[in-house]
Amino acid sequence: MIVGLVEHDGGVVSEPSLQMLTLGRRLAERLGEPLAALVIGSEARPVVDGLAAYGVETVHHAVDDRLDRYAPDAWAACVVDLMGTAGPTAVLAAGTDRGNEVMAHVGARTGLPVGANCTEVQPGDPFLVTRLRWGGSLLEDARLHGEVKLLTVAPHSIQAEEGPAAGGWSVEEFSPALQDTDFRVQVARQEGRPAGKVSLPEARVVVGGGRGVGSPEGFGPLEELAELLGGVVGCSRVVTSLGWRPHTDQVGQTGVRIAPDIYIACGISGAIQHMVGAKGAKRILVINTDRQAPILTHADYAIIGDVQQVVPALVSAIREGKGL
Amino acid sequence: MDVLVCVKRVPVTGGRISLTDDEQDIDTRYLGFTVSPHEECAVEEAVRLVEAHGGSSTVLTLGPAVAEEQLRDAMSMGANRAVLIEAEGPGWDGGATAAAIARAIGDAGVEYDLLLFGNESADAGGYQVGIRVAHLLDLPCVTGVKHLEIRDGKAVARREGPGGFEIYEVPLPAVITVKEGINLPRYPSIPGRLRAKKAPVERLHLDAPQPGLEKIRLRLPQGRDKQVEILGDGAAGVERAVEVLRQIGVMPP
Repeated sequence: MIVGLVEHDGGVVSEPSLQMLTLGRRLAERLGEPLAALVIGSEARPVVDGLAAYGVETVHHAVDDRLDRYAPDAWAACVVDLMGTAGPTAVLAAGTDRGNEVMAHVGARTGLPVGANCTEVQPGDPFLVTRLRWGGSLLEDARLHGEVKLLTVAPHSIQAEEGPAAGGWSVEEFSPALQDTDFRVQVARQEGRPAGKVSLPEARVVVGGGRGVGSPEGFGPLEELAELLGGVVGCSRVVTSLGWRPHTDQVGQTGVRIAPDIYIACGISGAIQHMVGAKGAKRILVINTDRQAPILTHADYAIIGDVQQVVPALVSAIREGKGL
Repeated sequence: MDVLVCVKRVPVTGGRISLTDDEQDIDTRYLGFTVSPHEECAVEEAVRLVEAHGGSSTVLTLGPAVAEEQLRDAMSMGANRAVLIEAEGPGWDGGATAAAIARAIGDAGVEYDLLLFGNESADAGGYQVGIRVAHLLDLPCVTGVKHLEIRDGKAVARREGPGGFEIYEVPLPAVITVKEGINLPRYPSIPGRLRAKKAPVERLHLDAPQPGLEKIRLRLPQGRDKQVEILGDGAAGVERAVEVLRQIGVMPP
């Protein structure tokens, strides 16, 4: 049996979990084993029925009043409890913050290794996995050992696809063995995000600035350009380290990952950690004085020139085109 | 309060990665080294906490002998003590690394109030060393923290969660893994650098373990190298840029 730990947000299965189940189903088919899902807490009830379309034969639903607020180690205890009763070949989770966190707890509780952010998995003993390093700038082929294989699936490394429904379909509620100490770490309260302007991950246009912008004030024209195009401003790590912009604007491996229709990268050299964050951009327009800058190898279009001259000129041209 | 902060030496990769001929590592012949970005912030957080609450901060790394450089960098930012677990070879996966760190902490006999880690290393990205250490020492662990306060013997930690922020409160001692953005790390001062240069580094040696996650080789992903279309030099490129924006459909109506 292959078990997938399914995450949901407000009663909707998260996309990375569907991707993980797709990989899990292919793995199960190759092994000739059934695919099962594990969902946790009563809030997960609405997602249960939709999982059959992804080839899930059994949904194991862990129920306990204390599970209504997220508690990473208690979730791990649910996984370990199910491992004891169902005896799976492998347990998978999505390579999200929560997925990686819970699986690390499972690894710690069982003494088993965990392969984080896998993109390909070949069954056998050991499993042969390909996983992301450097936020996806580098791949690692590795042997994953252990009596039960524990791994997470890198988000967006495969497309979620529905599959042939399994022959039987059942939901099995269970009360996992939980100790009070499993809830030492639990969400005490939540805060919403401030509403209002478009967020970086969702923006259709992102105007990014790097060291070449020259100063905090140099971002003025970039703001103007972004506003004209209905987009938002992002920046490179150098810019946040210099204190020119807040870290919430940072695009990259340790910042935000963006997926706009166009990323206009101004005065950014293109360190791999930055480009990892911009990988989702459909097109990249670079404005840079250096024709040899690494970012040019990722670009669709480029203007060779100084950001401080080109961006204001672009702003004027757009205003004219718009008839302002 | 006594704070331990764990860091990892990684290369400064720049714009392009190249691999060694045996595909086991990044070719670092022409590269400098640093610590993972999350950990740089962990060091800053440790130093700030000690400045605010008293006590001392210790920086620890597991890695080659030359990782002493990263320990001295951390001491030049203000960390008081340094421990180097000298460990070479490929066997150091998340489980083995955590076991070695937990043992070093236990053997040292220091009762740390807080153990800080980066949320994940920049290179291996295993997302597990801090959590595994917490289990080995039976401590609570909050990961991905972007704001931390210590009040009344408790850590109040805030992190991003689905749809907003999650706040956790855990009693000390505790393990906290942080993300970049929790603070803006300082630049080391000249006196700090001089002090760090002479400070002692405590050393332990360990043999390479048998890994549970065993690297076979590294590979570069299929290049997304594109043929870039140069739209022009300077302001002369602007006209065609506007055309591109119009084609994509992002020009204002």
